[in-house]
Formats: sequence, structure tokens, C-alpha cells
Amino acid sequence: MTIDRLLEGLKQRDPRAIGRAITLVENGDESAQAILSSLDEDLISQAIILGITGPPGAGKSTLTNGIISELRQSRKRIGIIAIDPSSPISGGAILGDRIRMMQHATDRDVVMRSMATRGRLGGLCATAGAAVRIMSSCGCSTIIIETVGVGQSEMDIIRLADITLLVLAPGLGDDIQAMKAGLLEVADILVVNKADCKGADILAMDLETVSRQEGATNQARVSMTVATENKGITELLERIAEVDSEHRDSGEREKRRRGAHDQEVLDWCLEILRPRLLAEITKRDLPLLGDPRLKAKEILEEQ
Amino acid sequence: METTHKYRVLIGKPGLDGHDRGAKFIARALRDAGFEVVYTGIRRSPEEIAAAAIQEDVDAVGLSSLSGAHIRLFPAVVEALRKAGAQDIPVLGGGVIPEEDIVTLKAAGIVEIFTPGTPIDKIISAYREACEKKSSV
Ligand SMILES: Nc1nc2c(ncn2[C@@H]2O[C@H](COP(=O)(O)OP(=O)(O)OP(=O)(O)O)[C@@H](O)[C@H]2O)c(=O)[nH]1
Ligand SMILES: [Mg+2]
Repeated sequence: MTIDRLLEGLKQRDPRAIGRAITLVENGDESAQAILSSLDEDLISQAIILGITGPPGAGKSTLTNGIISELRQSRKRIGIIAIDPSSPISGGAILGDRIRMMQHATDRDVVMRSMATRGRLGGLCATAGAAVRIMSSCGCSTIIIETVGVGQSEMDIIRLADITLLVLAPGLGDDIQAMKAGLLEVADILVVNKADCKGADILAMDLETVSRQEGATNQARVSMTVATENKGITELLERIAEVDSEHRDSGEREKRRRGAHDQEVLDWCLEILRPRLLAEITKRDLPLLGDPRLKAKEILEEQ
Repeated sequence: METTHKYRVLIGKPGLDGHDRGAKFIARALRDAGFEVVYTGIRRSPEEIAAAAIQEDVDAVGLSSLSGAHIRLFPAVVEALRKAGAQDIPVLGGGVIPEEDIVTLKAAGIVEIFTPGTPIDKIISAYREACEKKSSV
């Protein structure tokens, strides 16, 4: 596909063009620049970006599927970015979140993309951020980013979101872990999914206690859902809308967009700098002796 | 900027039978060979598979079938891709497929067919070749 045809395709919201554009940006292709600067900034700034994170198996994809169904009833166009870790050994990945969302596969107004972390150092913010921009510029008014809440890259992704949901479920044993990882603090809404299973009420009570201890401004942060039966989704979306309007009024939304923007720019700086710096270091063929930090400073000062 | 190309493939299972052991086995083997594998699970319609392949911008689609319905379903996926303007995405398939069907399927545009006896290395290199060919056009 030529770049002109690609840009024209993006204007027409052609699924092939959207898919290809995300690939090119993800691969750091030189056409990324032209793609990203052709986008509709108004649509991008209006979209609402939801981050959904939580331990493996908590029901994030099933819940996302339920949210899609609900939003599609009001004919909203939706984008989904589902991120899974790359294998550190082979660099490959299995991206399986689509399984739970296949009922929307042929709906042209549900734009979905699976993405592997590819072991980037924070660079995920740049690529996922670009995918968000491409989707929202192509008319997606809500973008959902799903990640497994375990590592640093997930925390980076949360920065991209206007609103973050932490999804937990009884019987996973990961709940305390998630709290330790600091996810509780950054989440705007705590979702206890699998409310049909034993232990859901206790988990919800525990979460309420913990979040109160942490002095969260908002006491009613816990929502209960049964994602497999589409239960609690309407209420959850109402809650999301409330938080969104609070954030708009208080300036929190602006503040987060600013934070996300700065983080994305930083990520791109690092993406661009890394290979350049490596080339410079290799070229200098520095002696093995001596302080690496000092050498780094010297190289940077000369750039 | 650093360019980081990865081969992306979609592994799916059209048709009604519910066994996905074969599909999962291939998905894992491809992951271990460095591919990014979009796994769509069992009981997918050809149209669903084609739509997902396009959104995910994969370099190849791999199908698995144990039910004997491959003779109808594999070509249906090729057709669904063509209808969606994505005839350039190669389709590979595997399953318990008799010799005479292989000829028919290849004639219908499936680029490679694997049977239970095909060594995994051979399968992986076939995927790699299909992906290479696709991204070089
Ligand atoms: N009983 C019950 N099971 C659920 C519910 N929601 C999801 N599940 C099941 O939990 C399992 C995991 O669901 P997923 O949606 O794949 O979970 P996930 O958090 O996306 O998992 P990863 O992407 O692997 O981290 C599936 O078998 C779902 O059917 C629920 O509300 N109740
Ligand atoms: Mg998932």
C-alpha cells in the first residue's frame, strides 16, 4: 500500500488502512511521521480512553466484551487495544484476548488490535499511544486499553488512560499482589468481577477498607460485575461517566492528558535516541577501564 | 528510528468441532519461534477470521480443522479474505486431511497443508516463508 493510499484509506476509515497504519507505527517505519501528523486532532482530544488492568484471568477481556456490547447499543464506535507480554526468550507472543470478543469481530464499528510488549523499555507508551490516536482519529469515541497488571509496562499504559479500572476477582490469590504493585492507588474504579463466585463480597469489602485506609477521596470506588452474564455493566458505565465528568470539572482530565503527552514525547525521544547513542558509543571504541556513568555524561554533553 | 519488524500470524479454527489442541500447539510453537500469534479460538466463521486478520494486519492466517469440514471451510476463508480486499494474506491449514483433498485445497488457494505427520520445523519454516513473501510485496 502506498502512503497516499494509506492516508486516503484512514480518511475513509478503511479497516485495512487502520490495521496497516498501526503496524507501521509499531515497527518504527519511516512513514510513521506522515501517518501520525495526518490525524484528526479534534477527534483525538474528544475521545475517552479507558485503561483496564488486573491480574491474569480476572475477566478483563470478558468485561471489555460486555462494555463493547453496551456501548454498541448507543451506536458508539469503539477501539480496543489488548496488550500481552512478549516472551523474553523467543520475542514471540500469544495474543489471546480476542477469543472473548469474537462476537464483535465482524462489526465494522469495533476496531480491535492486539499488541505485544516487545520488551520495550517504556516505549510501549509511544506505540500504544499512537494506536489510540489512530483509532480515535478514525472515529472511535471510546478506546479501551487492556493490559495484565503485573509489570512496569502496565503502569506506563495506565498513564495513557483518562480513567483506569482495576479488575479483580475472588479466588485468584493475586489480589494482595495487585495492591502491593500500587495499582490500587492509580485505579479510579475497582471492579470486583465474578461476583457470582464465592468470596466476591468479602473481596469487595476488603477493597473498600483498604482504599479507605489509603485515604482515597472517593469512597464508592468498588463496582461489582458478572462479566460472563453482562451483569453490572450498565452500572459500571454510569460510574465511569460520573468519574469522567468529575475529572473534566476538576481539571484532572486535562492534567492526565498533559502527563500522558509528556510521557509519550519522552518515550519517542528515547526510541529515537537509543540507536543513535548506541552507534556513537560503538564508534568511540572506549577503553574498558573507567566509570561508565562519566563516559555517558561526556557523550551526552557533546550531543 | 529503530525498525522492529515482527511476523504476525492469526491462528484460528473455523467450523463446529470443539477441539483446539492442534491449533494451540501450533500457536505455541510459533510463539517459541519468535512469531506474534493472534489466537482467535474455536468455532469461528470464515468472515470472523477474515475480519480479525485484517484488523490485526497479520502476515499469514493459519487454520486448523479436525472435522473433515476443511474442504469447505478453508476455501471459504480464502474467499472471505478476497471479498474483504485482503487476498494478499496467505492462508495455511492443518488437520487430518487426506491426500486427495490436499490437491483440491491447494488449487483453491491454500498455500500449504500440514497433516499430523508434518514435522514442526517444517511447519514453522512454511509460516516464515509465507510471511516473508507477503511482506516483500
Ligand atoms: N464465573 C465467572 N467467570 C468469569 C466471569 N468473567 C470472566 N469469567 C471467566 O474467567 C476466565 C478468564 O476471563 P478473561 O476475560 O479471559 O480474563 P482476562 O483478565 O482477560 O485474562 P488475561 O487476558 O489472560 O489476563 C474465562 O474463563 C471467563 O469465562 C464472571 O463474571 N464470572
Ligand atoms: Mg484478556
